[in-house]
Amino acid sequence: MARAALSEPLINSDQAGEEMMAAQIDAADVKTKELNDRLRELLLSGAKRVSIRNVCGQRYIGTRLYTPQGLRMEIEVFGTAGNDLAAFLYGHRIAVHGNAQDGVGNTMDAGEVIVRGRAGDVLGFSMRGGEIYVRDGCGYRAALHMKEYEGKRPVLVVGGRSQDFLGEYMAGGVVIVLDLAGESHDAHFIGTGMHGGVIYLRGSVEESQVGDQVEISPVDDADRAVLADYVTRFLERFPETEVTKEEILASGFVRLTPRSRRPYGNLYAY
Amino acid sequence: MISRHSSHLEGDRPPPAPFIIVMNLSQTFSNTYNTFIKPTFRLHTIESRRNGEGSDRWMEYRIIMPRKRRTRRELYTKEIAACSIFGAMNRDGDRFTGEGVMKAIANMHVRGNGLGGGFAAYGIYPEHRDCYALHLMFTGPSPQAKKDAKKEFEAFLSRRFDLFFDEEIPTDEAVPVRDPPLIWRYFVLPRIDPASEEEEGDYIVRSIMEVNGKIENAYIFSSGKNMGCFKGVGYPEEIGEYFMLDRTYRAHTWTVHGRFPTNTQAWWGGAHPFSLLDTTIVHNGEISSYGTNRWYLEMYGYACTLQTDTEVIAYAADLLMRRQRLPIEVVAKILAPPIWNSIDRMPEKERRLFTTLRMVYGPLLMNGPFAVIIGQTGRMIGLTDRIRLRPLTAATSGEMFYISSEEASIRLISPHLDRVWTPNGGEPVVGELYSMRKDQP
Repeated sequence: MARAALSEPLINSDQAGEEMMAAQIDAADVKTKELNDRLRELLLSGAKRVSIRNVCGQRYIGTRLYTPQGLRMEIEVFGTAGNDLAAFLYGHRIAVHGNAQDGVGNTMDAGEVIVRGRAGDVLGFSMRGGEIYVRDGCGYRAALHMKEYEGKRPVLVVGGRSQDFLGEYMAGGVVIVLDLAGESHDAHFIGTGMHGGVIYLRGSVEESQVGDQVEISPVDDADRAVLADYVTRFLERFPETEVTKEEILASGFVRLTPRSRRPYGNLYAY
Repeated sequence: MISRHSSHLEGDRPPPAPFIIVMNLSQTFSNTYNTFIKPTFRLHTIESRRNGEGSDRWMEYRIIMPRKRRTRRELYTKEIAACSIFGAMNRDGDRFTGEGVMKAIANMHVRGNGLGGGFAAYGIYPEHRDCYALHLMFTGPSPQAKKDAKKEFEAFLSRRFDLFFDEEIPTDEAVPVRDPPLIWRYFVLPRIDPASEEEEGDYIVRSIMEVNGKIENAYIFSSGKNMGCFKGVGYPEEIGEYFMLDRTYRAHTWTVHGRFPTNTQAWWGGAHPFSLLDTTIVHNGEISSYGTNRWYLEMYGYACTLQTDTEVIAYAADLLMRRQRLPIEVVAKILAPPIWNSIDRMPEKERRLFTTLRMVYGPLLMNGPFAVIIGQTGRMIGLTDRIRLRPLTAATSGEMFYISSEEASIRLISPHLDRVWTPNGGEPVVGELYSMRKDQP
């Protein structure tokens, strides 16, 4: 496969203030490794904003951007992001204008991912910090084994619906599924093996759709405060949403929490 | 990981040299995939650093060894892989070359590892559309062994079939492939004893099983009418180029496979698609119920000879759809039935149906993770296991219908899609020709 030349930064530090450092990458025919090499180079050379055009399945975008100094960058992705977008993300902000594939935010640590479209399977898999906003729906096993620890509490907000196994083995964090089109949740096996965190579903869900470990309860004022906060943030990121904040918050929500924090505590105890 | 590398570099510290290394870490998945990082170096003089951005923006490591003594470690880089599957169908029946599907599957290059690639193409032989197109693979350690296999097969063929035309399948010898077999095609009609009541399809299947099971080094790997499979060891885009699919054939439906063999060996016969008559299968995943499935299918005369689990799906599809005439909706519920908990919650009538299917066809339950594309004349079906442990995305754009492991591959060749979705586990997604238009030769 031909290696395509990558474009240079549009503006470098000689021409503008450091904060303005922006770059553009044309990702057509560029391989995953080359693209991520380029992103890292740009981060290290002080770029603050990078926009990547013609993305078509390149994986791990935003992954290798850890620096001891904690450099931060905003990345805009135009096209279809490949698997494991924002895996291990360390505090950067990634916006995808298009759909994302499987494994968005895999083991993400901090930062923010915005998908202006739909996401595939295992969205937010093992996520341990940061926030993910998906405008449309998502595939199987979103928030699989999402976790939290002390100050780190990951958040996943999905504007559409999720498919089966949402929050499987979930150990922490907050998941909000808004079902803005009002199609009603048809996923099954929600929260199978769940033992931490909380899932909020707009609308309702049958007992048969959730795992044995999951308790369905109405939301209280504290929950409503959390929902108001993240719905606001969701709508800020997707101003094209036709439903208003008031409409969303006025509708019914259910809260899914684990019945036990150690559902398998006695499984291997003789 | 960074500290590990800097300490590695600082391990044998000589006097400082006037160079600075800027490191790129090419792989970061060391924990998950047991991968190591392979540093690449860029050299900057101290002068250029001073003239450039502030040094704190770069991750810098002073060179600690003289330039010429810099050793390069060859580090193992693990392939992060899975199979890739792709299918494209023009539902108007208009035929197109394999160029697009080759591009699409190449976009998922990293899912495979070069140990298998293959294509099924429907509508490619309009000039011989009434004949069965048998694609033969003659393997063996030497050219003579291949010729012997061919001779033995042709003797068999002359006893069972009327031959209308045969030729070596043209290949591009400039494409490097490993140990290619002799690949030949025969356009035939079965010569069935009028006294026998055997169905034509059964006669062909029985003949295929006999060849694949009994004639050494001869394998029929494609046997439908007006369709054909092309497959081998290599990346799918290489196999496509080897068979010149981008310039020699036009089909209304293409399915493609890039292989990453997990449990079985890579050989030309073991590449996907697997096929029987006009049914073809490309598969991502593994069939852990292979033993049970194989035992059951053998009772119906299907001999599994190709050393790959996917083979059983092709034969199960032939048994259920051609011989038993079950609709795909029912076949999907046999191969990927709902779990018992779900069946228990169904209304009485459905519960009885699904219970019956599981009782009668239990040995055809395909356990383990899978996503498959089943090709048939005029139809393309996507199906995953009941809890969708392998990815499958479907899309439409006008008359075009696509199924793929990844959405990006569809977007690559068809940027503007009417609809994109990921079908639920165990629920088939079916594309059909609006009408079986007569192909013009």
